[in-house]
Parts: sequence; structure tokens; C-alpha cells
Amino acid sequence: MTTILDPTDERVPVRRSLTARPESVTGVVGLLNISKPRGDILIGQLEARLRERLPAVEFRNYAKPTFTKPAPLDLRQRIAEECGFVIEALAD
Amino acid sequence: MPLPSFSLATADGSLHHFPTGRHALLCFVKEDCPTCVLSMPLIQAAAEAFGESIDIWCIGQDAEGNARLAATFALAAPMLDDSSLHVSYRYDLDTVPTIILADAIGDELDRFIGFGRSDWQALFQRLITVTLSPAPVIDWSRYPESRPGCGSKSVEPGIAERLEAEMEGSPIRARRIDVGESDDIFEFMFEQGLTDGLPVVPPTPERVVRMLTGTKRDPQEVVGIVPPNLAPVTVEKIAINAVMAGCKPEYLPVVLAAIEAITTEQFNMHGVLATTLFPTPVIIVNGPIRDRIGMNYRMNVLGQGNRANATIGRAVQLVVRNVGGGRPGEVDRAALGQPGKYTFCFPEFEERSNWESLHVERGFERTDSTVTVYAGGAPNGIIDQLSRGAESLATSYGLALATSGHPKQYGHGEIVVVIPPEHVDTFAKDGWTKDQVRARIQEVTARPARELIRDEFCAEGITLQQAERIGLDTLVPKFRDPKNITFVVAGGEAGKFAAYLGGWVSGPMGSQMTTVKIRE
Repeated sequence: MTTILDPTDERVPVRRSLTARPESVTGVVGLLNISKPRGDILIGQLEARLRERLPAVEFRNYAKPTFTKPAPLDLRQRIAEECGFVIEALAD
Repeated sequence: MPLPSFSLATADGSLHHFPTGRHALLCFVKEDCPTCVLSMPLIQAAAEAFGESIDIWCIGQDAEGNARLAATFALAAPMLDDSSLHVSYRYDLDTVPTIILADAIGDELDRFIGFGRSDWQALFQRLITVTLSPAPVIDWSRYPESRPGCGSKSVEPGIAERLEAEMEGSPIRARRIDVGESDDIFEFMFEQGLTDGLPVVPPTPERVVRMLTGTKRDPQEVVGIVPPNLAPVTVEKIAINAVMAGCKPEYLPVVLAAIEAITTEQFNMHGVLATTLFPTPVIIVNGPIRDRIGMNYRMNVLGQGNRANATIGRAVQLVVRNVGGGRPGEVDRAALGQPGKYTFCFPEFEERSNWESLHVERGFERTDSTVTVYAGGAPNGIIDQLSRGAESLATSYGLALATSGHPKQYGHGEIVVVIPPEHVDTFAKDGWTKDQVRARIQEVTARPARELIRDEFCAEGITLQQAERIGLDTLVPKFRDPKNITFVVAGGEAGKFAAYLGGWVSGPMGSQMTTVKIRE
């Protein structure tokens, strides 16, 4: 028997189950642009198509300050407060 | 101060506890030590003469040898099994035999090591006084005046570190993983996803304890928070990964400083890891530690072959992989990656430069040892064998650097140029400063904005609107700021070949070069 020491952070991965999917899309949908080039074009196209299909839904646009870093906490909280759904998209 | 208490068993399982409530003679021996064998009849004589009144124990260091010793000498004293060596270690033995006389509460009254005839005679005299027993008959003429002892098994190489790791108060806190005997340890570590694709040294507790001797820092000190999992990393965890990488203990302070540097907000390891581009932490070492740990800053400096260069960089990568969870194809999204993601660490050849070294330029003392981390790409060669003057050579650098990333991509951030000794001499001959070389690079790379516009010939470049905003004929230098051009001297004496390491997104939005002083 050889004993070695664990080189990892020893965190057991937390399994998260997906939130139950609603029957329909209502309320506010957030569109989060991660600020890569042409991400705005993709998000814009997406929004236009979705508006046609979901006229009763409100869309709000958000953007990360830079694609190189995770979204700041306040942005994540704002999206969570304001939206029932969020679509994060990037282009390159 | 009393001696450490302990409980040891004889081969038949009967437990003996120390202290015993009366005087005790503890005789640490091992079978393959001739001086121990020489001492055995005296231990036996003591047991026969004084064993009614005091406890006389042999404490043997290997189970099979203990049995042979007991049988050979028809031992009256119990032979206690310390084959785990825990008691020998706690008694801080260097040598066997070690003979210790203790009183009823375990205080040490006498101790000698090896064989000394006069030591034994004095001991017997003392035991007669303590026990009021008659003196045993011993033919002292059969014994030499003195014999040196042998090394205690508890200080044999590799064993002391294991014992330290097993003791209470051990510096080790990491989870232990037992690998079955039928498993190949190297294959096991591959299967667990713990390697960079090359075999790693198994991080056994004794190797990790030995690695920790390389620093005075507390093994549980948190050195940084490692992305992408934002996992706190301790000195101990870094030591484990340093063992795996093949580091020697004296390299550990460099690895620790490098982890401090890459886990700063300004270096932004998360972005460096997650980008689809090429960068990885390039670790540049300055100061006296370079020679102390035997780093290579001469021939093939960016290549293979030097243990310190190779394993320090590898240890940093393994920490990001194993502690941070930064694995290719997961949060490491590099499209191509580069060979430097196995390891990329080299020192500056400060002695061969007539300029200030990198760390002095960045505000440290020449006598400080530092690591500077830079989010860099793989080396690209700059071949100039014909320039005999500084201006021509700096021009060559500019022409080469203009193509970094893409010839039409301008406004670049940081870049590192590794300058070989022969090029150093060319700059020195004309007395050029680093700033003069930087200025020449900016001058040579500058192109009118109109030449950088996206067009049907090549879609890369800036938009027409951007060019108009800048001014179509305004000269745009390749780099946003000449200060972003960093020079490091290194390499062999022969060969007029420099190398540049392309950067990534620089500045507050990306990664910024970071220097940390090495604490030993």
C-alpha cells in the first residue's frame, strides 16, 4: 500500500439539479452580452427574433465589463432580481 | 522534563507502559548493529541482577531482528517492538545502542550512547545503590574500552520524514489517498486526472514533509486563491504539487512566490486560463536565488534540461490544474495552447547585462530574489546576425515585433523580448539604453492608420471609422505604451538570436505583469 497526499482542493463537487423548466416564457428575459466582439450583433438578432415570437415578454440588455473576467457580483445580483430568465451569449 | 510516555508490546502482545512507577532502564537496540550485540550480555546481566526492583527493557527497532536478538541471548528482559520507530523518533535517537535510566515518574537520570565500558560500570554502580542488590559478576576484561554505536533506524534517509508526517503535530493536513498494492501508482495518478500528461512523482507524506523543509512558512498559511474554482491554496498543497512536479525543497520558495504572483487580481489567472488564446504564466526569476538553486540562464535557457527551470514552472501549472481545477477543455479554453503550458520558467542572466535587471527596473533591490510573472505566448525567434550597431538591431526587433499576433493588429499591450548576450554587446557598444531600444521599436513599427484598415485583401485590422477617428495619416505604433516592452537578458554566449513572447489582453481588463519578492 502506498499513501499519497491529495494535491487537489478536496472539494467534493456539489451536484446541482436544474431549476424546473416553466411551461411558457413570461415576465422579463435578460440578455447578457459578455462583451466579445460582435456579441452585440448576435444578441440583437436573438432579441429581434424572440420579440416576434414573444410579444408580451420584456427584454432587458446587460453586458459584462470585459469578457476576460467573471461577471461582477452586483451585475449577477441585478440580473437575478430583475429577470425570470437570462440568455448569455457570445460571438467571436 | 519527563521523557515522553509510551506503550509498546512484546512479540507475544503484552503491552508495557512507560513511565512504570519505578526506576526503568530503556535500552534501544537494533540487531544489525555490532555495538548493540556487544552490549546485549550486559543488558541481560542487568536484567538478572536488578530486574526484581526496576524495569529493564530492550526496545528493538525491527521485528524480525528483535526476535533473533531475544533468542540468541535468551533474554530475561522484555524485548519491546518499536519497528514503527515512533518511540525512537520521539526520543530523538541518533544512535543505537542508546541506554537511558529513568526514575519512577519518567525523569531522565542518565543516558549514554554506543558502548563505553566505564559508562556501563558507572551504571551498574548506580543500579546497585538504587536497588541495594548485590553486584553481578562480570568479566570486564572481555569488553573493549569503547565502541561507537550505529545509526538509529529512525534517522535513516526517508524514514525521518515519514515519521514526522505520522506524528501528532505533523505539518500534514491534506487528505490521504491509499493506493492499493495491485495498482501502479503512476498509472493511478494518470487515471485520477492529477497529471499534466507526463508522469508525476507520487506525493508521499515523507516527500511532502521533506519538501516543506524548503521554507520557513507555516504549512497551513494560505498563499492565494486559485482560479477557476477560487480554491484557497496552502503552503502544504503547493508543496504536494511541487513534489509531483519534481522540485527539490530549495525550489519551493520560488514556487510559492510564483503562486502569490499569479493569484493577484492584476495578473488575472482566471482570464489567462480561460482565454482561447495562447498565454500561460511565464515565470522570470531574478536575484541571488538563481545560482543558489542552480537555475540555467545560459545556453538553451528557454529549452529543456535544467531541473530547477523545468520543475518550478511545472509545479505552478500543476497547482492551477489540481488546486484551481484549471484543466484543458474545461475552463482552460485554449484553442491551440502552447508547449509553455507544461512549464515556462527561466532566470535572467543579470551578470551579462549592462542594463538594470528586470527586478531592479521594477523597484526591487539587486540583492532581492524575485519572480516576475507574465501572461506570455510561446517564443518567436528574431534572427539578426548582421547588425553591428544598436540602431540597426533595434530596427530588426521592431520589424519582427510588428508582426506579433498579426501585422495589422495594433495597440498591443505587453510583450517580452529575451535578448541574448551577443545582442546585448551590440546595444552596449553604442551605449543604448533600454528606453532607446523601446523608442526605436515604436518608431519602426509605426504605420499610418490607413494601412491598418480592414479591406478586401485582408479582413483583419481596424474599421474605417476607427482609422478616421485616429486620422488616416496618423502614425500608430504597435504598442500602446513603450513601457509595455520588457527586455530580459538570457541565453548562450554564441548566437545572435533573440526571442519575443507575445502577450495577451494587457492592462486592467486583462493581465498585468506582476513581480513578487521571494521569501525563504
